[in-house]
Amino acid sequence: MDLSLSTRTEGDRTVVTVGGEIDVYTAPKLREQLIDLVSSGNYHLVVDMENVDFLDSTGLGVLVGGLKRVRAHEGSLRLVCTQERILKIFRITGLTKVFPIHASVDEALAATD
Amino acid sequence: MPLVDVTFSALPAHVRTARLVALAVARRAGVDDDLLDEVRLAVGEACSRAVGVNGEQSPSSAVRMTLSDEQSRFTVEVVDVGPLDSSVAEPDLDALNPEQLSAPSETGEVMPDLPPGFGLAVISGLVEEFSVSSDGDGTHVRMSWPVTGAVTASDT
Repeated sequence: MDLSLSTRTEGDRTVVTVGGEIDVYTAPKLREQLIDLVSSGNYHLVVDMENVDFLDSTGLGVLVGGLKRVRAHEGSLRLVCTQERILKIFRITGLTKVFPIHASVDEALAATD
Repeated sequence: MPLVDVTFSALPAHVRTARLVALAVARRAGVDDDLLDEVRLAVGEACSRAVGVNGEQSPSSAVRMTLSDEQSRFTVEVVDVGPLDSSVAEPDLDALNPEQLSAPSETGEVMPDLPPGFGLAVISGLVEEFSVSSDGDGTHVRMSWPVTGAVTASDT
């Protein structure tokens, strides 16, 4: 399994659906996608990670990099994730304090704070 | 004697293979199912780090991963060819500052966003039995998990 990426627009937000494994090999693909979106003016991102099977610190680095970029435009980057094995690395690293993590795409789209 | 000894060229594409091998051997050695995700993530972090170190120091040098089960522990050792940087020898997750990490940046690149040793810090947060040491060959990252129910021939 590799990494799959797709994007769609929901109002003023862009939903990035990620599937597969985000690691040192595939993370650059996700980074490019996030950079492209921000470069083309999409500053409110929802990254749906429900179909992500594996995430390591390289992947976290890409998400942190994406967050920094959208914040430079007063944007937001929200994550959708309910899988314990993926949430674990966010907890270990304290990044649960950095990313808003939602239980569904609908919840992330409705969030305004 | 190790159960499995894997040597691979220092390329990111091979890290997944190393994870899969470690996972399969851990399962077979009798590591509890609940710990397998931890094994997978920790091995991935150790191998990613080693690939990065060799890539910088000596791209033609292979990364070596040794899997063994002795004294009721499943042990993984990942060896790179780099010297041990003292700043990452004792990874400290508390040193991470969430606010600083997520400060706005126009050019946020991946690596500067995460401090050196971040991968090792993840391992130290995950795995109880974990050590980093250095000798003439390079740096050894060693981690182990308890073995509970080894798979015997009759189970397979």
